[in-house]
Amino acid sequence: MANLTIGIGDFKVCKKPDVLVTYALGSCVGICLLDEMSGVGGLSHIMLPDSTTAVNGSATPMRFADTAIPMMIRKMESMGAVKSRLRGKIAGGATMFAIASDKFNIGERNVTAVKKVLSQLRIPIIAEDIGENFGRTVFFYTETGTMEIRSTVKGTTTL
Amino acid sequence: MYKNYEELSPIALDCLKEIGNIGSGSAASALSEMLGKNVQMRVPDVKVLDFQRVIDEMGGPEKIITGILVDLEGDISGIIMFLLEDNFAKIVLKTFLGKEDVIVSSLDETDVSVIKEMGNIMAGSYLQALAKLTELTIDMSVPSMNVDMLGAIMSVPVATFAEIGDKVLYIDDGFVIDGVDIKSNIILIPEMRSLDILMKKLGVTDG
Repeated sequence: MANLTIGIGDFKVCKKPDVLVTYALGSCVGICLLDEMSGVGGLSHIMLPDSTTAVNGSATPMRFADTAIPMMIRKMESMGAVKSRLRGKIAGGATMFAIASDKFNIGERNVTAVKKVLSQLRIPIIAEDIGENFGRTVFFYTETGTMEIRSTVKGTTTL
Repeated sequence: MYKNYEELSPIALDCLKEIGNIGSGSAASALSEMLGKNVQMRVPDVKVLDFQRVIDEMGGPEKIITGILVDLEGDISGIIMFLLEDNFAKIVLKTFLGKEDVIVSSLDETDVSVIKEMGNIMAGSYLQALAKLTELTIDMSVPSMNVDMLGAIMSVPVATFAEIGDKVLYIDDGFVIDGVDIKSNIILIPEMRSLDILMKKLGVTDG
């Protein structure tokens, strides 16, 4: 069993029983997908909602919700996952700093974009821990489909 | 015009270092006045760094840190973020509230407002020094503070900036308060147009 760490604006896929980990999600969103039958799982750590409005969006597709999620699903399919069997769990999208400006509601915009993309792909979200104002570290256990969240505010919780 | 921070010449970086120096100097004297303690500053180091490296250099994504974010508008727009290690909050709270060995991840409302106020004063004196030096008008928002994992705190400047590039302007400085070394880091992210204005005002023309 391996622990695979996903950096900011990256994703990784694996087969059970590997564990996918991403540290300290703030305004970013972690998207955990699993096809229980084939045991293929993936975790994507997106930073921004939309690649089409970015200056160099095409150069870094793994940073954006609209491009990263479909890319990760294709990779999962190449490892034997079936899209219609995928189930999602999401975490993050916090508002770390309460400054009332469009510049700083990235967390909220990220969550909205992730939900929209998953709904378009007909992938149900079966658990979520989003919003508020604290950072979250996510462990995604592909063996059980459990998403474990560690934060300074709530300690360790499992979904 | 600058497209990203990597285009900054050594001379331009020296200029930014000088701004860091003056800003920190004025923040240090403001701190000293508030705390009634002897505050010295370390000579700052200015680097253009990949954001992932900033996180690694400062102790990794899960390290608990105090972040104070200020939104800049006026002649210069962008954001400035102060990252302060544990002992800053501890010294401030000990001085003002007489609290010993506070755990920074579980501060109460009074603690938070005291630290916020200190951040406010530091950011204010920093920006005043910059405005005076450049004769620019810089308006700042009320600072917002959070104590949390470094990676989560950094996600805000990183995401705000990610559409332009991977690098941030990283000012590594610090204070010595009553002999205690306090590391502080400043992430300065002026929008590219503002960086041009800033450099022109300082007489640097490599943009």
